[in-house]
Amino acid sequence: MKIAIASGKGGTGKTTVATNLTYMAAENKEQVAYLDCDVEEPNAHIFLKPEIKEQRPVVRLIPVVDEDKCTLCGQCGEICQFSAIVLVGRKVIAYPELCHACGGCKLVCPAKAITEKTREVGKMEIGSSGSIHFIQGLLNIGEAMSPPVIQAVRQAAPEDIPVIIDAPPGTSCPVIESIRGADYVVLVTEPTPFGLHDLQLAIEMVQALGLVFGVVINRADSGDDKVLDYCRNNAIPVLAEIPDDRQIAEVYSKGEMICEALPEYQQLFKLLFQEILQQAGVHVG
Amino acid sequence: MKIAVSSQGMSLDSEMDPRFGRAKYFLVIDSDTGQFTVHDNTQNLNAMQGAGIQAAKNVVDLNVEAVITGNVGPKAYAALKAADIKIYLCEKGSVKQAVDKFQAGQLSNAGQANQEGHWV
Repeated sequence: MKIAIASGKGGTGKTTVATNLTYMAAENKEQVAYLDCDVEEPNAHIFLKPEIKEQRPVVRLIPVVDEDKCTLCGQCGEICQFSAIVLVGRKVIAYPELCHACGGCKLVCPAKAITEKTREVGKMEIGSSGSIHFIQGLLNIGEAMSPPVIQAVRQAAPEDIPVIIDAPPGTSCPVIESIRGADYVVLVTEPTPFGLHDLQLAIEMVQALGLVFGVVINRADSGDDKVLDYCRNNAIPVLAEIPDDRQIAEVYSKGEMICEALPEYQQLFKLLFQEILQQAGVHVG
Repeated sequence: MKIAVSSQGMSLDSEMDPRFGRAKYFLVIDSDTGQFTVHDNTQNLNAMQGAGIQAAKNVVDLNVEAVITGNVGPKAYAALKAADIKIYLCEKGSVKQAVDKFQAGQLSNAGQANQEGHWV
């Protein structure tokens, strides 16, 4: 069971929902995995406070050109869709930071002048917090592409226990890498014109991926009713509405869990978890 | 010598294009004869990434010795340097004015990229 928490707009409360959902899913010492796939700025660790036990580098393959073997045919540059390798004049130049590691240049090189070497693009940290298995990805500073780090985090996820995935904001490659193959996607939004606009983009994305999804409205009474109307008119389930409560903001700003500091919200996240399981067709015993 | 100038139009009176990778056109001018050819750069103008690299490759393949443009980033700079192309920066004016300034020795040779890399 893989539950991905995503949003179009940033700052809607993905991590708040994901961490508190995990907290309630792990109630009674149930085994749950939490994947922080927001690898450009992972922050779930602030709330879940895991003990990190292992760190692994995330590497990618990049081309290395043997200038003695190179015949300057330029075929490597022709196949590269990202201009990561190019023949200019009498020299082949590689731009590792643009490379998507497809290996195409190596395959087409008739002189076998291209080999590959590894390059570290980020790290993965593995640990635990009570019965929560915690994995987070950390993209190295200056790197432009996060999907390889996200892929590594997802591959390290334990099987046979519920996995909660905290996705980055937006609707581009890093999000798709985070939510692909999820059994259920929770789209967190806020009741504002921006929230609605970006929610619509996110819905288009999950529909294109053929995923089952529902919406959580955060700061529910702070804006207008347009998100709610939109969901109603399009038969999109609204799984939960989190009120615009100053106490929640205060707890969040201190890096504390809502369910821990404000136990009155435990029921909301517990019901949200049950609702997700039901929507995803998982039998609740 | 042959010089490539980034241009917003197809004639010598056109305004220079301050962008290198995403310039609309390159005019390749023979400074000895004044003859020039026009090269469309639309493909790179609309490229998702690597516009500077591909533009650099294209001007190198046109056998120019120098480039006059408004700005050049680190990747295009690296590609042009690898092919020993001289880079001259000119802020504005027509293509013809840029070439005149170059011939009068008024343009400085870019010792390094003057713009940060752009990311997708």
